[in-house]
Amino acid sequence: MPNEANTATLISLLKADEVGILTAWVDQQLAGASFRSDRISRKEVAAESQRFLGLFRDAIGQSVDVQSPAWSASRQALEELSSTRAQQGFTSSETATFVFSLKQILFDRLRAELAARPVEFADATWTTSTLLDKLGLYTTDVYLRTREQVIVRQQQEMLELSTPVVTLWDGVLALPLIGTLDSARTQVVMESLLQRIVDSGALIAIIDITGVPTVDTLTAQHLLKTIAAARLMGADCIISGIRPQIAQTIVHLGVELGSVVTKATLADAFAVALRRSGLTVAKIGTAPRRTSAPREADAGSEHED
Amino acid sequence: MPVLLSEQKPIETSEDVVAIRQAVRHRAIELGFNLVDQTKIVTAASELARNTLQYGGGGTLVLEGVQDGGRKGLRLTFEDHGPGIADVQLAMKDGYTTGNGLGLGLSGARRLSNEFTIDSRPGEGTRVTIVRWR
Amino acid sequence: MERIPILKMGQYLLVTIQVDMHDRLAMSLQDDLTGKIVSTRAKGVLIDISALEMVDSFIGRMLADIAAMSRVLDAETVVVGMRPAVAITLVELGLSLAGVKTALNVERGMELLRRRIEGRGTDDAGTA
Repeated sequence: MPNEANTATLISLLKADEVGILTAWVDQQLAGASFRSDRISRKEVAAESQRFLGLFRDAIGQSVDVQSPAWSASRQALEELSSTRAQQGFTSSETATFVFSLKQILFDRLRAELAARPVEFADATWTTSTLLDKLGLYTTDVYLRTREQVIVRQQQEMLELSTPVVTLWDGVLALPLIGTLDSARTQVVMESLLQRIVDSGALIAIIDITGVPTVDTLTAQHLLKTIAAARLMGADCIISGIRPQIAQTIVHLGVELGSVVTKATLADAFAVALRRSGLTVAKIGTAPRRTSAPREADAGSEHED
Repeated sequence: MPVLLSEQKPIETSEDVVAIRQAVRHRAIELGFNLVDQTKIVTAASELARNTLQYGGGGTLVLEGVQDGGRKGLRLTFEDHGPGIADVQLAMKDGYTTGNGLGLGLSGARRLSNEFTIDSRPGEGTRVTIVRWR
Repeated sequence: MERIPILKMGQYLLVTIQVDMHDRLAMSLQDDLTGKIVSTRAKGVLIDISALEMVDSFIGRMLADIAAMSRVLDAETVVVGMRPAVAITLVELGLSLAGVKTALNVERGMELLRRRIEGRGTDDAGTA
């Protein structure tokens, strides 16, 4: 059971020759198989080690509980180190080596000092080992948290790339969806889609799923919910690019499309969108032909204010 | 399951309902919920708080941040000592179809939550608990 | 008690909801609005909810009621600026807001109002 008495020898060793221990520790790190000389220099290692050793020496004199306030400065130092190493691309074990390599040095010193007192040696070793193990694990935890944050950020960047937005015409937006829409990704993609619709002020959004190989029930439902949400917000939606396989899936799964307009190709959807906007495409030099009833806006009437 | 934080709020006036929306939003943000999930739980809370006020004669809300394995969540417990609901299933079904406030609020809150439990005894009161996981 | 301001712009009334409304405030808005539609003979009402982070069944019902009441008073209503998170939640809630016309922003909302007002009531005596 670790207690303060077992650290007495360790503390006196550190007091007596901190510089020596530091040098040995830095050498140990640099000599280790996992040392990344391409990513970090001896000077940086020495600086980080010196800082940590000083904090370690202070803390160990007060408590052996690494969670206590006495150790907060040391934890802080390990957090910064671990976080930096994670962002620089070190692996989890390369990072934890910082702490674990110190063990070797301290054991060597303890053995030399307590050679004649095996029981004390065993106790001191156990206390030191437990302490450093906890610190090493703490380093790993911080590392993992940082890596997660990096991954989340990368996912967001990928999301931006995979939801391009194309303004086909004034008020008509095309949103091609690309890739497999698994349930988790669909939710995020749909929210992004709706935000884009708001940002563009589009009247009609064409969601093209040509680039989506398969659709399952959940995805189909998400798609329909997104369209319902877009309509609630005031934008109309058309789904285009429905491949034969997806059409089959939709029917087999019994998904109710309701009043959602679906078109096989983006071109067809665009034609519908133009019609709804009261527009038509005509050859240059010919007078445009009115093919359908104009929308109220075309009536050309003055409105009183 | 471990409770990370716990807060109690009164539900006696319609201003309390507004305060509750804000408190729930605040806690949801603290727990790291994304915007849509925040909105869902705040909306569910608004429905249930209103029910407690209008049909329960006033009551309390207990907000708790909870943890289950790796995931974090927000648990809200609405309690009143009002008339209670005789047939909960019927109320929720009816409310949905007729647009009656109480039933609509309950069924709405259930749709917006990951977990929903209700315990109501006529003459004693009602307790509704919802949980939304991150 | 505070009241939500209603602006008059020609024959339109513009309401911008910027506070988290408690139920009594929502009800007084409904009263004020119907009163003003009559007193100003407004033809259109634009309700801007872009500041609302949440719309629950009560507020949803209020919007639907305002739209219905306005129609009885011969005015069209358009609700603008609904936030994506709010729309997604309303869909989940199962609230369709049938009878409420919506638009993405004030500009689109005004266009929609103009079209709807022009599209009906051509048998009304024209105004100068």
